[in-house]
Amino acid sequence: MVLAEELAKQQRSISVAEFFEKNKHLLGFDSPTRGVITTIKEAVDNALDACEEAQVLPDIYISIKKTGPEVFRIIVEDNGPGIVPAQVPFVFGKLLYGSRFHQIRQTRGQQGIGISAAVLYAQLTSGLPAVVISRTGAKEPAHRFEILIKIETNEPDIISEQPFEWDRIHGTRVQIEFKSTMSAKKKLLEYLRYTSVVNPHARFRVELDDEAFTFERVSQEVIACPVAIQPHPHGIEFGQLKRMAAASEEKLIDFLVNGFSRVGKKTAQEMCDKAGLKPALKVKGLGTEELKNLLAAMQSVAVPAPPTTQCLSPIGEDLIRRGLDKEFQMDFVAARTRPSSVYSGHPFVVEAAIGYGGKLPPEGNATILRFANRVPLMYQQGACAVTECVSNVNWKSYNISQQGLPLGPVLILVHVASTNVPFTSESKDAIASIPEIEKEIVLALQDLGRELKTFLSRRDRNKLAEDRARAVCAVIPEIAAKVSEIVEKPLVDTTPIEGRLMHKLIAKKWTTAGSVTIEVNNYTSSDVEISVYDISTDNAAGADMPPAFSTEMDGQFTKVWKMAIPKHTVWRVTYPGKGGGMLDIRGIEDNKKMVVDLDV
Amino acid sequence: MSKEELDARSMKALMTIASAWYDQMTAGEIPSISLPTRTKYNIEYDDASEVWKYGDKESLRTAATAKSATHLLKMAYVIGFVKQQLIENRSSTLREMYYISEGWKRAKFGAQDESNFLVEDLEIISDVPREGFHLRPEENGASIYGPMRIREPTRRGLKLIHCQDDVGSAGYSIPNNVENLELVDHDAKFVIAMETGGMYDRLIENGFDEEHNAILLHLKGQPARSTRRLLNRISQTWNLPILVFTDGDPWSYRIYASVAYGAIKSAHMSEILATPKAQFLGLQPSDIRDYNLPSDKLSDKDVEALNAELTDPRFATEYWKKQINLQLELGLKSEQQAFAARGLDFVTKKYLPARLTEMGVI
Repeated sequence: MVLAEELAKQQRSISVAEFFEKNKHLLGFDSPTRGVITTIKEAVDNALDACEEAQVLPDIYISIKKTGPEVFRIIVEDNGPGIVPAQVPFVFGKLLYGSRFHQIRQTRGQQGIGISAAVLYAQLTSGLPAVVISRTGAKEPAHRFEILIKIETNEPDIISEQPFEWDRIHGTRVQIEFKSTMSAKKKLLEYLRYTSVVNPHARFRVELDDEAFTFERVSQEVIACPVAIQPHPHGIEFGQLKRMAAASEEKLIDFLVNGFSRVGKKTAQEMCDKAGLKPALKVKGLGTEELKNLLAAMQSVAVPAPPTTQCLSPIGEDLIRRGLDKEFQMDFVAARTRPSSVYSGHPFVVEAAIGYGGKLPPEGNATILRFANRVPLMYQQGACAVTECVSNVNWKSYNISQQGLPLGPVLILVHVASTNVPFTSESKDAIASIPEIEKEIVLALQDLGRELKTFLSRRDRNKLAEDRARAVCAVIPEIAAKVSEIVEKPLVDTTPIEGRLMHKLIAKKWTTAGSVTIEVNNYTSSDVEISVYDISTDNAAGADMPPAFSTEMDGQFTKVWKMAIPKHTVWRVTYPGKGGGMLDIRGIEDNKKMVVDLDV
Repeated sequence: MSKEELDARSMKALMTIASAWYDQMTAGEIPSISLPTRTKYNIEYDDASEVWKYGDKESLRTAATAKSATHLLKMAYVIGFVKQQLIENRSSTLREMYYISEGWKRAKFGAQDESNFLVEDLEIISDVPREGFHLRPEENGASIYGPMRIREPTRRGLKLIHCQDDVGSAGYSIPNNVENLELVDHDAKFVIAMETGGMYDRLIENGFDEEHNAILLHLKGQPARSTRRLLNRISQTWNLPILVFTDGDPWSYRIYASVAYGAIKSAHMSEILATPKAQFLGLQPSDIRDYNLPSDKLSDKDVEALNAELTDPRFATEYWKKQINLQLELGLKSEQQAFAARGLDFVTKKYLPARLTEMGVI
């Protein structure tokens, strides 16, 4: 008894601010390095969401400056709709305060923790208040706030508030200063680059100490802001139903039709029948048992999937490709947007893209870009369902080597958009394993894998043809020379082998003892009219057939010969020179010609 | 076979290959050549000769891609090079040929492995050992000591050598090419081929060869071709028992296997390189137990190798199964010189006499 009373003295309620002060890692503030990225991520998420709501093209400025030993000042400024002065303290100075928590639609931020958590973190490490400037329109003055959070009560503590002269007509600027390091600079730039890939309509300007970067927009189209939908009967839990019922003045049948998506009169009637409840009953008066029966009935009746076109905003195949093209120079990119689907009553869309070659690192694991609601996921790759799915695809069947993850110059992008992305934790680093979502991811990746395989095999075929041409035009004549010498017989003529195998127009260039020869063999079955472009440091003076014209640029001479070559004949030119450079034939389809530099 | 016969055979074989290519190209065809596939999946046991040879899986090398065309080009250069050597009666080492290829432009070798492999290819196609091409291996041959006489044609003329009386304490050095060596006569009862020089020296020092009329041979680890060829010839010519004495670990058993059954790399020449009658003398895993020899623990790699040997057809006998399983059970390995723990004379006075009696050799 005594002990219980002793204990009782220590028991008291905890404010959410206190809770997160102790559990920073839950929000992604586990280390000073992560703090910067998380803060910028939260501010940028808010900025993009706000711009979307206001239908403006986001123009976001980010600045990170060192202001003291281990102290960094982070500024994020947007051209969004701004925040009315009365709300500013709550948005930045109170955890769990937001406009999007109760809405069912795709947004980046959800719970209203992110940016206020950053303010809390700043307050804990540097003691400095967050500075917020916001303006809602040309006619309104801008306001400047200095805000702290009262930890015990989770209420904003306004240090100062005053009007401010601001050159922006509308928008929000937040400045947070805290203890951190910039050891994760690479990761930060990666985060911004990835963000710009999936938000191709946004422009990001970044000032990092004295360096400046711009991630330019590739699309001038404002993306449609997702519209909130009603909850789906299959995606609701008892507590939520109970609250909705308690707040409703409607009759049961109207409550079902108006309060839930995809429920019509007929479906509502069926639910009432199954639950054994009269449709005309007031929902407010329903008891716990009756509500339980109602919930069971709601979830057993077949209801069409929730509408997705309005509440989700997939990026689209074309914009994903353009976004990737902008930031990564690759030889091949393909993107796929899957049809929308549902898990536990929550609509979602999976989008994926695959890139190959170019400037991607030729060895090591593939680059994996994970996104949820257009936000890049930077941490806990190993714990994420996306990574799991990437490993589960059999990439070897698409001619990609694999050791768990695919290997080589491969980039894989996966975007999951949903009204409720199932994260593994509040820090939103990894997507949880939901079978419905995993299935969609795997299908998208397999689809893209097949496309990549087609690209690779076409490329390999071209390579093989070139390789063959080299063998036939360059190596076999040498074999012939050596073998003829060994058997002591006249030199074998290998041009019949060439002609028989190639059926093409073959252009060869070689250099012997200061003399360059270009030879074009027409092994096709028709006469051709072509131009030979020969670009090298030789000016081709003294050619036994002078070029039609010759131009010089930076010490490189472009020589052009034009001629008609009847079928099964050879055209040849020789000039003194060193060779090298490049040779091209114009005037004939690519698949009918082959150019071989025998000096290589 | 005399040197002249071998030379003629080599020249004929090489010219046949080159002529075939010449004819192919004259007919407007891409030159090609067909080769047995050189993997362990294409090794078969030949009952008649009791050795492992290449099976009938063949792969066709056509000069249709730059890579395989270049391979044929290199082969053509090597053929031309060997032809010149035969004409001029010169010889060179594999390494020298590798350096000479520097001047072959596109046909130049990228690494010595490549030229070695190509020479092996030529051996397989032509059915001529590389000694016939006047190509010598780099490593020096092993040594042999004991009551036997050989006749060797040297640069200084024909020499008759008694391998006890006419040689130093290290024995007679086996030359790279033993084809011209004539096995004249002997006074021996058996041959012991040893893995390590230490054991070879021990037996010579203790006069084991004289006491038991034994020919002693130092394998120098995994034996060179000429060493294996000489053992094969001694076995064929004099019908002497050949006993292989190695360390007691899985890698040493492979040395025995390459002497007795042939190696995968040279499966095309197993008939002349392997000695199917060679018996394993020791060191047996059961010796480690019975003589309580100083030993080391088996490493993971050792265990892996022992397990691989359990599935190797060359070790698929009751004897080997029993010994390998015993060794896995003991978890130990020993070196052949571990017998020294029992005194310097133990191996020659006790172990070998007992073991040879048990095997019915003495």
